[in-house]
Amino acid sequence: MARQAPTLFETGGNAKNTTKGRKKMWDYVKLIVLAAVAVLAAIAASHARDIAYLVHMMIFMGAAVIAFLWQIRHMGEAVHNQNEYMDGVVRYGVVATAFWGVVGFLVGVVIAFQLAFPDLNLAALQGYGNFGRLRPLHTSAVIFAFGGNALLATAFYVVQRTTAARLFGGGLAWFVFWGYQVFILMAATGYVLGSTQGQEYAEPEWLTDLWLTIVWVAFLLVYLGTLIKRREPHIYVANWFYLAFIVTIAMLHLVNNLQIPVSLFGSDSVPVWSGVQSAMVQWWYGHNAVGFFLTAGFLGMMYYFIPKQAERPVYSYKLSIIHFWALIFLYIWAGPHHLHYTALPDWAQTLGMTFSIMLWMPSWGGMINGLMTLSGAWDKLRTDPVIRMMVVAVGFYGMATFEGPMMSIRAVNSLSHYTDWTIGHVHSGALGWNGMITFGALYYLVPKLWKRERLYSLSLVSWHFWLATIGIVLYAASMWVTGIMEGLMWRQVDAQGFLVNSFADTVAAKFPMYVVRGLGGTMFLVGALIMCYNLWMTVRKVGEAKPAATAAVAAE
Amino acid sequence: METYTLLRSFADSWYLLFMTAFFVGIVAWAWRPGSRKVQEDVANSIFRNDDRPAEDEGQAPSHSLSQGAR
Repeated sequence: MARQAPTLFETGGNAKNTTKGRKKMWDYVKLIVLAAVAVLAAIAASHARDIAYLVHMMIFMGAAVIAFLWQIRHMGEAVHNQNEYMDGVVRYGVVATAFWGVVGFLVGVVIAFQLAFPDLNLAALQGYGNFGRLRPLHTSAVIFAFGGNALLATAFYVVQRTTAARLFGGGLAWFVFWGYQVFILMAATGYVLGSTQGQEYAEPEWLTDLWLTIVWVAFLLVYLGTLIKRREPHIYVANWFYLAFIVTIAMLHLVNNLQIPVSLFGSDSVPVWSGVQSAMVQWWYGHNAVGFFLTAGFLGMMYYFIPKQAERPVYSYKLSIIHFWALIFLYIWAGPHHLHYTALPDWAQTLGMTFSIMLWMPSWGGMINGLMTLSGAWDKLRTDPVIRMMVVAVGFYGMATFEGPMMSIRAVNSLSHYTDWTIGHVHSGALGWNGMITFGALYYLVPKLWKRERLYSLSLVSWHFWLATIGIVLYAASMWVTGIMEGLMWRQVDAQGFLVNSFADTVAAKFPMYVVRGLGGTMFLVGALIMCYNLWMTVRKVGEAKPAATAAVAAE
Repeated sequence: METYTLLRSFADSWYLLFMTAFFVGIVAWAWRPGSRKVQEDVANSIFRNDDRPAEDEGQAPSHSLSQGAR
């Protein structure tokens, strides 16, 4: 980039000079906007009615000042060579994914041990570092920070490779990346400082929600713009999944966060929905966050990275088309299964249950498509730990999408709901499917993005693989045991019809399983740390890839 | 008629019909005659253009279907 910049400007003549002038003009506009944001944020901070709002305005101000200083040192420098891919932002996304992954897993391990040993809710940290404050920090860190950055990075990588075009919108992708990190910081500081609207996976208050909306629209623009200027005639199936993820998340986010702020200078707000409608909207949001954030987006990853790593095209392209449409048609209705035996009308509960069971079909169709991509290349499982990771991810996807429909059946749900079984189910999906497919994608991406000829160490990948897999098995198994146990204890009645166990009895009985769960989580975290070391050493120590030799062969 | 009842009966009838027909249409479209060649080309598109974007004109990869690429 740096080498090409001067030649582009020098050779041009008048035409190039006007482009340069226009670019400079545009940069001045950016400076003015950034300065205005910094000043307005400072004013809002001085009027803040609560500490979370104050911190959020300081974050806005800090981000605007840093962006201003960066811009003033790089006036008119931005060059977007349409014959090169925009990989810088993908590299940053990969680093952010690994970083937030470790943070999210670490907080998860902390709160797992807080549940096993309540003394770890340190008295000194009451109100900031106790389970209630850290739990949303953990869920948002792993889903939105780790998973979200993984989706951003891979979406930007995959859409460029499959459309054979550079990202649309010049530097807009950088705004999406940094804007998303600001969103993560706002959400995280908000949780610790007690700013929450109390809706699971939608905890951030109105200010953070508005900021995410702006970033998400920019994300959609970059993605759609790249698809529109594509240089391949057709849109590869992975892009359909990514696009469904972006569009649906926008819709869910807007509807579930319809809130009226109490004051422009405070983080509190009043929800528009109330009662059972609020519950239905929340779980329509909540389950489709699973369906479109953690499933559709990550299926986009599956449809690109597994064929690439296996070096053979996807097993059946027809099946992938059916998979996509069936998945998005069915998922959107499954939410009410979170509200069995509530004030929600029975027909809505039955509808949610029925669609959840039907979802088994496209889920397993997709799983079979991913696994069968390896047919004729199964020997790679022996030699390539990265593909092993991806295959286990798809295996866990299959298991979680079998378990989920089963748990959505009302009779099963009467046993499993509100127990640790649900936690175990979520984690076999999140650690097994989302975690493992992301790790596989990172192992694929780092040598590509930093132009290294191979990974630093395959045996470290194997260590990561086994630590993570055994960790997940410990986690899921202990949660099955404790979940079913407490479900049975809650409903146990004696001959006179009185309940046998108090709630505290079930808590005491769960202790050994809670320790096992904490250990499983620790193993998963250690595996992720090994991955970070391995990727770091890949960039630092491994020699540069010889240009184009392997790529040319693959293209034939 | 009450809005709820109106929407409910619409969802139960015409919209359900539309969605079913749309889905059946997609299945038929995926299996339409001649789709295999296109689908094989798309499935293999991930193995092209790994290092840099395709050229603007003329230099599209040596593949029959991708000659039409912009």
